[in-house]
Amino acid sequence: MTEVIATTPAWVALAYLVAGVLFILALRGLSSPETSQQGNRFGMIGMLIAVGTTLIVHGVGLPLIVAAVVIGGGIGFVIARRIAMTAMPQLVAGFHSLVGLAAVLVAIAAYLNPAAFGILSADGSDIATSSKIEMGLGVAIGAITFSGSIIAFLKLNGNMGGAPILLPARHYLNIALLAAVLILVGVFGLHTPLLFAIIVVAALALGFLLIIPIGGADMPVVVSMLNSYSGWAAAAMGFTLQNTAMIVTGALVGSSGAILSYIMCTAMNRSFISVIAGGFGGDAAGPAGAAGEAKPYKRGSAEDAAFVMKNAESVIIVPGYGMAVSQAQHALREMGDLLRKEGVSVKYAIHPVAGRMPGHMNVLLAEANVPYDEVFELEDINGEFAQADVAFVIGANDVTNPLAKTDKSSPIYGMPVLDVEKAKTVLFVKRSMGGAGYAGVDNPVFYMDNTMMLLADAKKMVEAINKDLG
Amino acid sequence: MEHLIPQLSIFVLACFVGYYVVWSVTPALHTPLMAVTNAISSVIIVGALVAASAATGGSEVSKWLGLGAVVLASVNIFGGFAVTQRMLGMYKKKERKAPAEAK
Repeated sequence: MTEVIATTPAWVALAYLVAGVLFILALRGLSSPETSQQGNRFGMIGMLIAVGTTLIVHGVGLPLIVAAVVIGGGIGFVIARRIAMTAMPQLVAGFHSLVGLAAVLVAIAAYLNPAAFGILSADGSDIATSSKIEMGLGVAIGAITFSGSIIAFLKLNGNMGGAPILLPARHYLNIALLAAVLILVGVFGLHTPLLFAIIVVAALALGFLLIIPIGGADMPVVVSMLNSYSGWAAAAMGFTLQNTAMIVTGALVGSSGAILSYIMCTAMNRSFISVIAGGFGGDAAGPAGAAGEAKPYKRGSAEDAAFVMKNAESVIIVPGYGMAVSQAQHALREMGDLLRKEGVSVKYAIHPVAGRMPGHMNVLLAEANVPYDEVFELEDINGEFAQADVAFVIGANDVTNPLAKTDKSSPIYGMPVLDVEKAKTVLFVKRSMGGAGYAGVDNPVFYMDNTMMLLADAKKMVEAINKDLG
Repeated sequence: MEHLIPQLSIFVLACFVGYYVVWSVTPALHTPLMAVTNAISSVIIVGALVAASAATGGSEVSKWLGLGAVVLASVNIFGGFAVTQRMLGMYKKKERKAPAEAK
């Protein structure tokens, strides 16, 4: 291998290192909205350097490559311009699948043409053993990312039901497949083309089987996990190609996704293993809580809600996935503006797992022009509910359920929740009394004396309230 | 085998850098974080370009696979950075004239 390193000019290695550093700065910029756009520009420059260096080193001016970049880039750019912000989770899942597929294609290409990648063994007769193992890992992770992301995309996009699909003996099947993939990657060092193909197929099947049993509301974890995998795939290919930029980026993306998965799991008080094992939130998952007699609750109208909020001093708005589904964010911002005109203080409270991906609610509110300094994370605002006059819950449910604090038998026990029940009045926008939350648990907030249920589509309800406020 | 150790060192250190950098990302920007990590992981295009530009000795199949990967990675790079930019452009601070917030 030493001859490969020797033939790589020093400036090339340095250029890739610079690209890697720029990627670090791109993520660093996201520590605050003010520096984030600058960070994104660093990322673009880094990519430009990485691609430019490769083109120069490999003496490329091929029209085919330019055409490929233009076609791909054009498609990507148009999608990025047109996509609705509510569709962001499926877009990200779709993009992950592309990274996975690209990794698989590159690995196969490298396998077929090892000389071009400089991965032949010292005597030039075969691919070096260590390169094969790296390549095997890269192709396996890439394939899992690809098929897993496709399923996640279909579920998030509504082409496939969000309910978990449970195969019998799926745990044994998955573990067996995983073991098979790992063993094959190890043995692959000994070579045969057939083994390579088997690794790809087994890994594709594994990705597919891993994601189908996972239900809709666990998607924040899944999307983060696939994000992480796409990074590890890039890192593995970086080892094969001995490319610093790819290794650094892979490590960054891999740890980023892993941390996000961890944050999402903590926010649901569930272990990563239990989420991945899947099956949560099935139709049968609802325990005794939801069963039985209809409890009395107070139903309110838009006028009532407008009256209560107009006379409040402070309102905290708690959005959830239901707000995204009915695209109510713009109407909601309008409501906030109208209330502020009446002298009411308005704040937004975001639970980490509200929505279908990390930060989903924040993006939607930003889209609707809600200033980000009016939007607060759970731990920053939870203490304020006790002083708030109104908690306005819209399209959220489980993340407000006080049973998570008290009922040890509840499936959501231990999950950090927003203390909406402490507000003087709770206005709860919900489509109907029928559907309990995702976890299938009844929410005692519905039946409190100071709760008013606003049963309607979220957007229509908010628009009606706006009419009464205006 | 010797090349593995320096690479592994870079990888491990980059994992630590990633760990600390990502924890400092504000939760409000977690969606743009995913979009941008997605864009930069398409640095895999470097491998795709090598395959697509390999002039000699390789099979035609390898070249076309490389070109396919270039297309996919380009979708991601342009799409990922553009959508991140679009999202980040929406995060605005409160305008100064915002009325009576201090209440």
